Amino acid sequence: MVTGTMTAKPDLPREAGLTPFEAERVRALAGREPNPLEWAMFGAMWSEHCAYKHSRPLLRSLPSRGPRVAVGPGENAGAVDLGDGLLCVFKVESHNHPSAVEPNQGAATGVGGILRDVFAMGARPVALLNALFFGDPSEARTRRYVSGVVGGIGSYGNCVGIPDVAGHVSFEPCYAGNPLVNAMCVGLVRRERLRFANSARPGSAVYLVGSDTGRDGIAGASLLASFELGEGGEEHRPSVQVGNPFLEKLLMEATLELVERDAAEAIQDLGAAGLTCATSEVAARSRAGMRIDVETVPRRAQGMTPYEVMLSESQERMLVVARPGRERDVEDVFRRWELHGVRIGTVTDDGMLTVTSAGEVVATLEPRWLADDAPEYDVRAWAEAPDPAGGGAAEPTVRTEGAPLQKVGLELLELLACPAVASRRVLYRTYDQMVGTDTVLGPGADAGVLRMKGRRDGVAVCIDAQPRVAAIDPFVGAASAVAEALRNLVCVGATPLAITDCLNLGNPERPAGAWQLERTVAGVKAACEALGVPVVSGNVSLYNATRGRDIWPTAVIGAVGHLADVASHIPVTSGRRGDAVLLAGSAAVSLGASAYGARLGMHEGPVAIDLALEARLHRFVLAAHAAGLVRAAHDRSEGGLAVALAELALRDGVGMRVTLPAVRGIDRRVALFGEGPSGVVLVVDPAHADALRVIAEAEGVPLWTLGAIGGDLLEVAPVLGVPVASLADAHGHGLARTLGREA
Amino acid sequence: MKVALLRYPGTWSERDFQHAFSLVPGVETEIVWHEDAGDLARFDAAIVPGGFSYGDYVRAGAIARLSPATKSLCRFAEEGRPVLGSCNGFQILCEAGLLPGALLRNAGLEYRCDWVHVRVESDRTPWTRGLGGQVLRMPIGHGEGQWVADAETVAMVEAEGRVVFRYTDERGAATLEANPNGSVANIAGVRSAAGNVVGLMPHPERCVEALLGGTDGYRVLANLLPEPVGTGPALYMER
Repeated sequence: MVTGTMTAKPDLPREAGLTPFEAERVRALAGREPNPLEWAMFGAMWSEHCAYKHSRPLLRSLPSRGPRVAVGPGENAGAVDLGDGLLCVFKVESHNHPSAVEPNQGAATGVGGILRDVFAMGARPVALLNALFFGDPSEARTRRYVSGVVGGIGSYGNCVGIPDVAGHVSFEPCYAGNPLVNAMCVGLVRRERLRFANSARPGSAVYLVGSDTGRDGIAGASLLASFELGEGGEEHRPSVQVGNPFLEKLLMEATLELVERDAAEAIQDLGAAGLTCATSEVAARSRAGMRIDVETVPRRAQGMTPYEVMLSESQERMLVVARPGRERDVEDVFRRWELHGVRIGTVTDDGMLTVTSAGEVVATLEPRWLADDAPEYDVRAWAEAPDPAGGGAAEPTVRTEGAPLQKVGLELLELLACPAVASRRVLYRTYDQMVGTDTVLGPGADAGVLRMKGRRDGVAVCIDAQPRVAAIDPFVGAASAVAEALRNLVCVGATPLAITDCLNLGNPERPAGAWQLERTVAGVKAACEALGVPVVSGNVSLYNATRGRDIWPTAVIGAVGHLADVASHIPVTSGRRGDAVLLAGSAAVSLGASAYGARLGMHEGPVAIDLALEARLHRFVLAAHAAGLVRAAHDRSEGGLAVALAELALRDGVGMRVTLPAVRGIDRRVALFGEGPSGVVLVVDPAHADALRVIAEAEGVPLWTLGAIGGDLLEVAPVLGVPVASLADAHGHGLARTLGREA
Repeated sequence: MKVALLRYPGTWSERDFQHAFSLVPGVETEIVWHEDAGDLARFDAAIVPGGFSYGDYVRAGAIARLSPATKSLCRFAEEGRPVLGSCNGFQILCEAGLLPGALLRNAGLEYRCDWVHVRVESDRTPWTRGLGGQVLRMPIGHGEGQWVADAETVAMVEAEGRVVFRYTDERGAATLEANPNGSVANIAGVRSAAGNVVGLMPHPERCVEALLGGTDGYRVLANLLPEPVGTGPALYMER
């Protein structure tokens, strides 16, 4: 190798994460060769994470309108109208790669980021949810991830004082090296206090408030979040931000006070791509320019360059544009909340984002080049189903028919204790679920239910995913995730209003990854259309892969529903002795993608969902509840009917005696443990059974009477009889035991 | 009856207390920012709510102790007026020397949010009159709730009847399993010698409505009135 004295000219666009094609596009827009800082700003803003290059054309196809939609996609978060001038603001977002590199801070700052998205719109956060995906929990590496991530979520949310009310946790080998951490926040705001980032006017003062800017998280969006994690992810640790939830709490209260006093005309949180993103987005959306001086930005470290200041992803910062003449009020609010807030610049009418340092211009670009003009790639051009595509009727790899049934009681106990099914209480009890005193139903119920003080109505929220199904068929998996989330709302008596989605996938540049992305969006779209809900916000996380192996396509669906009377939600109860137990919807289940099948090494299609039946099922359960017929309801999900019945029995510790629905071609073991969408177990007063049947018939929903509540056993005649106390022990302690936390 | 709800930077239960007291007829509340708490004379009682004052980065309550609000709170307490600290508020009262003992990280090291039972051990406080011996069901939510003290202090607290709440099972037995954080002798709350200052780890403000799972907290908070009003029927939701 020859080394000369001449240093090779650095490839600036490449270092910023841009392809040669993208670099040419930048040059064409700017009409000149950008300087190094400008390249870095383009790199961050045109990263997959910020620009949704590979997903935007597909995401446009999702339904996003509806009579209840107040704010659709494209803002910090979406919002639905709850009536009487109150809006519910919500969004789910991923923090996968930071959590893979540094689980505790990665997860904590994920919570911080989604909180800021919601309160930047003027909404007070009232609930947090999270969806977590890990590898095998008996492995030491997974245990480290679990305690790091759960600890990070808890320490942040608990300190800010926002309750965690629902969640989802999966354990599958595909996530072993690339865990997924998706956090969702729900907030409430009066319509007149809703704030956007699009109303900054020339001449207004621009403030940066909150944390001082440090060297943490520099270029995290472009370099960490938008490529596959390689070997030695530790090298990226400096790209992970460090959270300060105490500061976030002050920033939240200050922001809400600014909104209440109407002292700010635009508010934007600083997340990915830091100051570059916040300044260019506020300016672009407001169709204005902005001039900021990086020398005025308070720093944590000495000698920071303009590049470092503009690309830092230090947490707990907000950009605030004061209303003209209200600068003193803005500064007063900062001071009162003991926050460091300084004026860093001015909104201008020259249409340029100009960054100065020590009196010199160090960058000058049109904001929309950064915020709006990134290229889009239509992945359909190279999408190709992997071979074999799955979903076909391949020969079952494991046969369970005809196996002796005398051990099914033991099998049920093992299933209840296994990581896919066991209670998540050991995790969620470390999250504050009640602060704010609005939590009517918290984690452990089918969906979280919140009351709103001073109102009769309520809000239901949940978050779900179906990766095991999606691995076989991403379309069915994504549609099933939407269906399950909405079904869970229905099971607490709430009418679905809208969803937010976080699409976690592998590398979209590979044909299989492109195909999975396309099919996943198509599945979300089909389910939303069939079930009548719009997507009002969301996030896409691509490049989730380890050593070239993609994760399973994982569409995480956060759903929000409405209860006309929060006091008459469907409660978490086993029902009363003598109550009838019924199954509504579909009895078509299989072991192929089930938790039971997974324990035998089975993972195969076909998988399917009948979205028309799913829609009828939701209408039926809501109509039955409206008629006052439903004592308890529970979604049949992981573990199938047997687990759904066991989980009902656990609620009040009352048993039941049931028989399985007789369905041609489904043997008893499959009927017990098989999984499939569109199934809800209902508990009703036997005096109401006929009325229920009438509604079911009117809605065209099949209904099977299974048996009755009573006794101390879960009895499924003639194959199973297990004491409820044993079910409770297996379900309650299974996960802690697998994680090695208790004997 | 006017109650001050002290708000330090990082406090998060003050609005919950405000809502809870709004259900108690005859009680008015005001949230008082710690810098504005120099004079509490216009109040009849004071609440130090839960949260993470100053982020609890040093030790729960350790920085809040230095706030001017805490100094005026000490004067307020010396005058014999009722003070209740819950969760982080209990930690602050201990750090300020108004209550004996200290609160350490939970024995299990993790934050715990759950429903617990506590037995009322002393009714010689403005908050527990008439509740002696009763088993109350209340939520907890804390990472640093392990009450500890040296042997001498524990003996003094027990001998003088200054234990106000003890973690028990639902029947009132102070078992090992009923202790959520490893507190000495299952102690969940203590009082000052005079009895007007009480601190406890559980959250009475979180259980004043049946809709949220329980109403035992109402019995503690409503005790502030000369004639405590029972839980209003409107608050009940029959299951």
